[in-house]
Amino acid sequence: MPDSRADMLKTALAERLWPRPPLWMSALGAATIALLVIYPFVFTTSFSHHLMILILLYALMAQSWNVVAGLSGQISLGQAIFFGIGAYSSTVLFAKYGITPWAGLLVGMLLSALAAIAIGVPTLRLRGHYFAIATLLIGSSVQIVFQRWDWVGAASGLYVPIMRTAPFFYLQFHTSKVPYYYLALGAAAAGYLAVWKLRRSRLGFRLQALRDDPDAAASLGIAIARHKVLAFMISAAMMSVAGTFYAQYVLVLDPERLFSTEISIIVLLMSVLGGSGTLWGPAVGAAILVPLSEYSRIWFGGTGRTIDLIIYGILILLVCMWRPSGILSLLEERVRRRATTP
Amino acid sequence: MSAELILQAVISGLLMGLIYALVAVGLTLIFGLMEIVNFAHGEFLMLAMFTAFWFWALGGLDPMLSLPFVVILLALAGILTQLGIIRRLLKAPMLAQICGTFGLGVALRALAQFLWTPDFRTITNPLIAGRVQIGPIFIGEPQLITGGICLLSFAALWWFVTRTETGLGLQATAQDRQAAAVMGIATERMFALGWAIGIGCVGIAGTMLSTFYYIFPEVGTNFALLAYVAVALGGFGNILGSLFAGALIGVVESLGGLLLDPSYKTLIVFALYLAVVIFRPYGLFGRF
Amino acid sequence: MSPLLEVKGLTKRYGGLTANADVAFDVKKGEIVGIIGPNGAGKSTLFDLITGFQPPDAGRILLDGHDITGLRPDRISRRGVARTFQKLKPFPDLTVTENVIVGALARTSDMKTARERALESLAFVDLLEKRNHFARELSTGQRKRLELARALATSPRLVLMDEVTGGVDQRSIAGLIALVVELKQRGLTMVMIEHNMQVIMGLADRIVALHRGRPIVFGTPEDVRSDSAVVDAYLGSIDVAA
Repeated sequence: MPDSRADMLKTALAERLWPRPPLWMSALGAATIALLVIYPFVFTTSFSHHLMILILLYALMAQSWNVVAGLSGQISLGQAIFFGIGAYSSTVLFAKYGITPWAGLLVGMLLSALAAIAIGVPTLRLRGHYFAIATLLIGSSVQIVFQRWDWVGAASGLYVPIMRTAPFFYLQFHTSKVPYYYLALGAAAAGYLAVWKLRRSRLGFRLQALRDDPDAAASLGIAIARHKVLAFMISAAMMSVAGTFYAQYVLVLDPERLFSTEISIIVLLMSVLGGSGTLWGPAVGAAILVPLSEYSRIWFGGTGRTIDLIIYGILILLVCMWRPSGILSLLEERVRRRATTP
Repeated sequence: MSAELILQAVISGLLMGLIYALVAVGLTLIFGLMEIVNFAHGEFLMLAMFTAFWFWALGGLDPMLSLPFVVILLALAGILTQLGIIRRLLKAPMLAQICGTFGLGVALRALAQFLWTPDFRTITNPLIAGRVQIGPIFIGEPQLITGGICLLSFAALWWFVTRTETGLGLQATAQDRQAAAVMGIATERMFALGWAIGIGCVGIAGTMLSTFYYIFPEVGTNFALLAYVAVALGGFGNILGSLFAGALIGVVESLGGLLLDPSYKTLIVFALYLAVVIFRPYGLFGRF
Repeated sequence: MSPLLEVKGLTKRYGGLTANADVAFDVKKGEIVGIIGPNGAGKSTLFDLITGFQPPDAGRILLDGHDITGLRPDRISRRGVARTFQKLKPFPDLTVTENVIVGALARTSDMKTARERALESLAFVDLLEKRNHFARELSTGQRKRLELARALATSPRLVLMDEVTGGVDQRSIAGLIALVVELKQRGLTMVMIEHNMQVIMGLADRIVALHRGRPIVFGTPEDVRSDSAVVDAYLGSIDVAA
């Protein structure tokens, strides 16, 4: 090898694999984390806690969609399926058998992963549009089934039995929302940490390859079907965690809401808005759309529910028309291009 | 379970299926031309129904009379959508295309709910009403006439696409955009035409539906789902395929409701979709 | 010594069209076998059959004596077969380095090792200076080299190259030829689909000439050059300055 090439190789090998983000970005990140940790004590109203809990929850759910779609390229329009399974699993186990919701959380994750396999194996081989439509139909079907299934309360849904003692065991807090907040923060943090590691792992790289070009990926030794299902399982488990938490937060399960296409759509919108495929895109999307929704409901009363959807829809349309990769994509790209000396 | 009951279910299912087919043909036409699934299709149907409703409620015009106006308005809406929105989405990756039309649908649905409330509306005393009896079978007049108009629309569409120069231009653009362009067929114009026809068909279906169906902001969602199934079964881009697939779905839905639980009839159709799409990825009849 | 790759009676039909008919040849270890033929002769289809992207209607493919006919592409890749595509397939939303890392990950699960191998591969094809660019920003010639680097990062025993010189300017072709020669010196076995007669006549040890899916000659470049059937098929267009 000519000298210049050998030298360049030496330089390249000495570089970091993961470029260090610019200082201002790291500082901003640290400040945000600090703020999140002390948030409930800075903003003390119940509403501000509620708002942030929702943002954290949706940030987790949007990231779940990001894993299966943004990272792996499978556009699922049925994520609500796993949200509902998570919520119902923990609630049924607790309401009927007295099992702590913590165990219910794990059971929900397992059941969701299994559901992902059951749904994914026959459908993930379908091309993009066919798969998206299939998830839409299956989501609708699951909703219909739960609305007719008497054992889980059919259309009336289920109530989580109220327990006023041992709040951490029963995962219910009635005097303050602050414990919910830190639990939501913990769940979201765990989820994002897991995805952060995923993106830097062999699996994460292979999923992105699968997204960008399945044929090329196959020619490089990546088992396509298996990886698609794996991504689906991971995203299902994340969604399930959010579902269990949500059930413990609102203490009421309504199959029409839990399995609604609205939830499937919203997590998609948040991820696309913030930047599908980026790490923080879903969080940014949630941070924008949740307050939009909550405040429009406050300002516009009953019709607020529709106004936020109008804005959501238009926002997404505009993003897809002009910046389909989302808000953060440009930023992330610039960071990834950097190569810094150690 | 008498033979008459089954025949009744089949006939009424068939008639409903023709509506599904007419809604589906717009979807399939658009996809055949530009490989975009219009996830806002159901909302255009809803808009057509509301347009017919308001012509009646505010202008006293019966849907049979307002039909041409609704069709023209919807066709215009289709053209505007293509020019304003879809043209940009064509350059975006598939994810953005799906999310874009999805977002449009969400916005339209919410807008309808905001403007007109979620209340169910009906057109009382329409021009066509009542039932006819053919042998042992009872058929609602609106449904019968709707079925006829759907078939007529298909015939007209088929004639247009296969016998007129413009129609052949549509086919050419659908099969090979670049080759068609080289032969002097203006791609942009074909796209706009495709959307005009596709949404125009939805206008026909919506107007006819308004004579006997409830009108409300969410009404398009279920029709859209069934239309997706019809397009997948009939083959994306296959006009006749969507006619047969739509009819098939109507019959399956109706029979399923009769023989099993009525609330599960949609599930059966969905199961049909999954079965077909897994074993025959190009639909029952293949691609256009 | 048994050949590394053996193809016997390979046939593929699409409806009424026969893409490959009774294709047979073998590739010895360390050899370069060229595949030539006019457009539509079935060359890329042949690669698809060998690498598992399409199942053949008849015939067998043996890799080092083992039957790999009809195996999935990723399984075949794991047995040491790499390929490049005629219609280039970079991972557009990954950087150049990340692209090649995906290739290296076929052999190792350690990210650090994968990155080292990727960078070595990029150094080999002289693409290091673009290593932090996104793959979609590369020119055609650079994409060809990326595709090659990525395939090589899988540490293959056999590389199938589909039109490596296609669409590349004259100066870069010389560079690519040098790469192939170096690879041969390292003992890599290669099968190359080529349109550029000058290139393939100079590089290949043996050549398969396809016409309408059928092999019409399989032999040394001299055999092929003087074969009348080949000359007919090409209408005398094999005019190579020796």
